[in-house]
Amino acid sequence: MSTMESRLAMAQKPVPAVTKVPKAVSPARAALRQFMKSPSGVAGAVLLLVLIAGTIFGPWLHPVDPLDIVGMPFAPPDADALFGTDYLGRDVLAGLIYGGRATLTVGAVAALITIVIGVTVGALAGFFGGWVDALLVKISEFFQVLPPLLFAMVLVTLFGPKLSTITVAIGAVSWTSAARLTRAEFMRLRDLDFIKASRAAGAGNLHLILRVVLPNALPPIIVSATLAIGTAILFEGGLSFLGLGDPNTMSWGLMIGQNRNYVLDAWWAVTFPGAAIFLAVLAVSLVGDGVNDAVNPRLRRR
Amino acid sequence: MALLTHLFGKFANAVVLLLAVLVMNFCLIHLAPGDPVQVIAGEMGGASPEVIAALRAKYGLDHSLLEQLFTYLGKVVHGDFGYSYYFNQPVLGLILQRLPATLYLAAASLVIAVLIGTVLGVISARRPNGLLSHGVTVLALAGHAAPIFWTGLLLLLLFGSVWPILPVSGMTDVVDPKTGLAYAADVAKHLVLPSITLGLVFVAQYSRLARVNMIDVLSADYIRTAHAKGLPERVVLVKHALRNTLIPIVTVVGLQFGNLFAGAVLVETVYSWPGMGRLVFDSILRRDYPTLMGVLFFSAVMVIAANILTDLVYRLIDPRIRAGAR
Repeated sequence: MSTMESRLAMAQKPVPAVTKVPKAVSPARAALRQFMKSPSGVAGAVLLLVLIAGTIFGPWLHPVDPLDIVGMPFAPPDADALFGTDYLGRDVLAGLIYGGRATLTVGAVAALITIVIGVTVGALAGFFGGWVDALLVKISEFFQVLPPLLFAMVLVTLFGPKLSTITVAIGAVSWTSAARLTRAEFMRLRDLDFIKASRAAGAGNLHLILRVVLPNALPPIIVSATLAIGTAILFEGGLSFLGLGDPNTMSWGLMIGQNRNYVLDAWWAVTFPGAAIFLAVLAVSLVGDGVNDAVNPRLRRR
Repeated sequence: MALLTHLFGKFANAVVLLLAVLVMNFCLIHLAPGDPVQVIAGEMGGASPEVIAALRAKYGLDHSLLEQLFTYLGKVVHGDFGYSYYFNQPVLGLILQRLPATLYLAAASLVIAVLIGTVLGVISARRPNGLLSHGVTVLALAGHAAPIFWTGLLLLLLFGSVWPILPVSGMTDVVDPKTGLAYAADVAKHLVLPSITLGLVFVAQYSRLARVNMIDVLSADYIRTAHAKGLPERVVLVKHALRNTLIPIVTVVGLQFGNLFAGAVLVETVYSWPGMGRLVFDSILRRDYPTLMGVLFFSAVMVIAANILTDLVYRLIDPRIRAGAR
């Protein structure tokens, strides 16, 4: 929308006799091109793809049930079990593969919930202002007073350690920063001329919010969504570590939580799943930084 | 005077927020599946209908929800946060008993984080493309990505079995109890690993923040003026630049107090540190709702206190705000 406006504005200027007309590039394509220029961003994307591919295609290469007992407990890494076995004699590599599915899915879905709540609250507050804003800011303030991870622990304890509960709990406690960001963007954008023009042209509030303001507020929201995935993965890990993981679904956090008391007997059962979480969050952060540089050229960090 | 009015407003706001937390606590407990009395009965190993009815009356669960809410709020106002099913003592006493250990841990971690973070950030800012500067960027990324309980377990592995020079569990030496100064030294020794583990996450953040701010500050006009006046480099860095770099760090420290506390829960679980975090872990395990809710409320109290404190410190180090407040 904004590019069209600016192109219109350009068209009205007197044009010099000889001009090279720049080829029209969609903002998404321009951002992608910019992203590809960031080595760390690309590295993060590759790492993330490798991890995702591992959890999708892993079972074909290593068809072992992560909940099956395959050998002696605490068997160190060797040819039989590449990453050793855990305190029950379950295969750690199988746990990494299947656990990754759960952990990455929880991360992605919880981040989606975070962003949907955050953007809705922030958009309504920023767009309407007045008492709507005051009320929603008060609600966000309430949520900021409670430490998110602790709040999530309480919710999961009360409503039971199921993967769905964990996902919703993580989303429900971590939306405030996305809301703050969206609100600021909406407040900045809502009085700009092209929004006024749309309004004057008879656009309704819903149309304005979803089709006019939101697309222009997207860049920082995308960055915040990427970072939310990393936080959600860490939260899933933290909850499972405290024994609040879903015992019927293997996840990286659950592996650490269940084996942590035996860390001195079997370092591999804790170190590998932790490294997997580390790599996943690292990959997501790198991608987030790369996206940030690509969509916010003004804020490019030194 | 303006400051007093300002503080009063903050306190009034805090009371409203805390009241909201209490109401939410109450609603959550009642929304949660399962009957608290059944949980207690389960802990007791089963109970007859008469005993269950008696328990119901004892905890006031036979009244209407609204009545129960007001009874609950009334009790809290009088310092009664309920009774822990598992620990068999009042929740308030339980929390106050565990509070000091958590405050030691939080304070030690904060000192480590702010001190090391600022120093790393400031030094690396002088050469934005130097080796140390890149090191800070890497550290910030790694510190954010590494799950705190995992770093904790790795350090525990390192200092518990590979190179056993530090205690990895508890707060004091149980085998050889100390008194007086030796006791303090013992606690300090036990505090090393937990506080480093917790501090590391924030070292990563603060060093990055300090670096970015310091780079901004160093290019400001007043720094050039200070140099032009012929002030020594050290004075420019410490008196002029550092002070302005600290402001955003103070803000972040205040804003992140909740995260610090949540991090403490995980770290205390790793090292069996007998603080509120460990209490959270135990109450999760036993589904001890009153204790859990009490801790959630207290964490809100601490976060709000930290915010008010930050606001005050902020006024102290930023003369612009002080001038505005007058």
